Amino acid sequence: MCLAIPGKLIEIYEEHSLKMGKLDYAGTINSACLEYVPEIKIGQYAVIHAGFAINIIDEEEARKTYEVWEEMIEAAEKEGLDIFGMPLENE
Amino acid sequence: MKYLDEYRNPDIVKKMFEEIHAITTKPWVIMEICGGQTHSIMKNGIDQLLPDKIELVHGPGCPVCVTPLEQIDKALDIASRPDVIFTSFGDMLRVPGSSKDLFMVKSEGADVRIVYSTLDAVKIARENPDKKVVFFAVGFETTAPNNAMAVWQAHREGLTNFSILVSHVLVPPAMEALLSSPQNRVQGYLAAGHVCTIMGWEEYIPIAAKYKVPITVTGFEPMDIVEGILLTVHQLEKGTHKVENQYARLVKKEGNLPARDLINKIFQVSDRKWRGIGEIPLSGFSLRPEFENHDADKVFDLGEIKVDEPPECISGIILQGLKKPHECPAFGKKCTPQNPLGATMVSSEGACAAYYAYHRFEKTKSEE
Ligand code: SF4
Repeated sequence: MCLAIPGKLIEIYEEHSLKMGKLDYAGTINSACLEYVPEIKIGQYAVIHAGFAINIIDEEEARKTYEVWEEMIEAAEKEGLDIFGMPLENE
Repeated sequence: MKYLDEYRNPDIVKKMFEEIHAITTKPWVIMEICGGQTHSIMKNGIDQLLPDKIELVHGPGCPVCVTPLEQIDKALDIASRPDVIFTSFGDMLRVPGSSKDLFMVKSEGADVRIVYSTLDAVKIARENPDKKVVFFAVGFETTAPNNAMAVWQAHREGLTNFSILVSHVLVPPAMEALLSSPQNRVQGYLAAGHVCTIMGWEEYIPIAAKYKVPITVTGFEPMDIVEGILLTVHQLEKGTHKVENQYARLVKKEGNLPARDLINKIFQVSDRKWRGIGEIPLSGFSLRPEFENHDADKVFDLGEIKVDEPPECISGIILQGLKKPHECPAFGKKCTPQNPLGATMVSSEGACAAYYAYHRFEKTKSEE
């Protein structure tokens, strides 16, 4: 539940007055709320926690986090969930 | 030293382990707060590579594990109602209440939906004005900004059919409760990195000073954890008790200010019961009275819910660092991840599940 995933911001948009973005997580595109990192720019990496960007990080750091991320994917898969905590059968 | 080759930077990690071995002269008990760290410690055999004098005990930082049984029963009660769409993150669905879990209620026909973000739950409320949409807001400080934003958004849009069932707990009061217990064994803490990403680490300064314990804000990679332990052992051996930040690349002293601001606007600090530990004063969040119409505890008439915990489960004692999972007579026998008796066996972040997954069925030398 405390899993935080790095993603690269590829698009910024507004939805119901909230600042939102599309992020690329090593190939998977998903949206996240950007209200807590108002200064973020396209091309920057952010740490995403359950649909919210909570931190801007540099590219090197994002790459390094990838290894832990793989570990967490494994752990989530054991519980029948994907990296976003959604059941695998929905995939 | 076994396993070492599997670390990402085996040379650096090896050096850190060697340094820990070289500087350790006395026995120390260090607690990692976060269940994600517990999992990583077991998976990477970090505890087995440490000097025998250093014992790691596993803290209460698993939100699924500390959510009281009453809250699960409340969730089941609300989810079973025909006019309700109940939403949650996936990891709460398998947590057993007194007689069922959310999966069972769903298979009986209740509308229970797993969401990826709390804003997805708000969207469901927007699209289903004739239904009451409830989100199960479980977690530590890390999920609080998300839940705060969902309530704020529903409030702004006038979505009176959206509410959250709040079961929010806070890490620093729990750390303090453990330290002030007469049975306390913890001499140093690894504080949970992602909680500090939101809240910063100023709150830990008075705790470290009052109880004379070093606190190291620590990340999640195996390397982070080993470095966190090294920094903590250094302080223990020197007799200092500062707050140090191993995870500075992600954690700022003040945390994430926009997130903290919204949390303060939506939530107030209140007493909370922790599963297995009991009530800890001012250890959680509740919605402020202004947002009462988004508070599932107020929206639904839930009556009094009485619960009985399985008597053999010692998860509360484990979460306080007083015992290890393999000391529970039910561990791996009556209680397994397929048939969990307690919440620490349900979640992969739970200490019992981590011990089971990585075959820690016996005591290590430091525990003897
Ligand atoms: S092994 Fe099962 S019964 Fe024993 S403490 Fe852990 S969760 Fe409770």
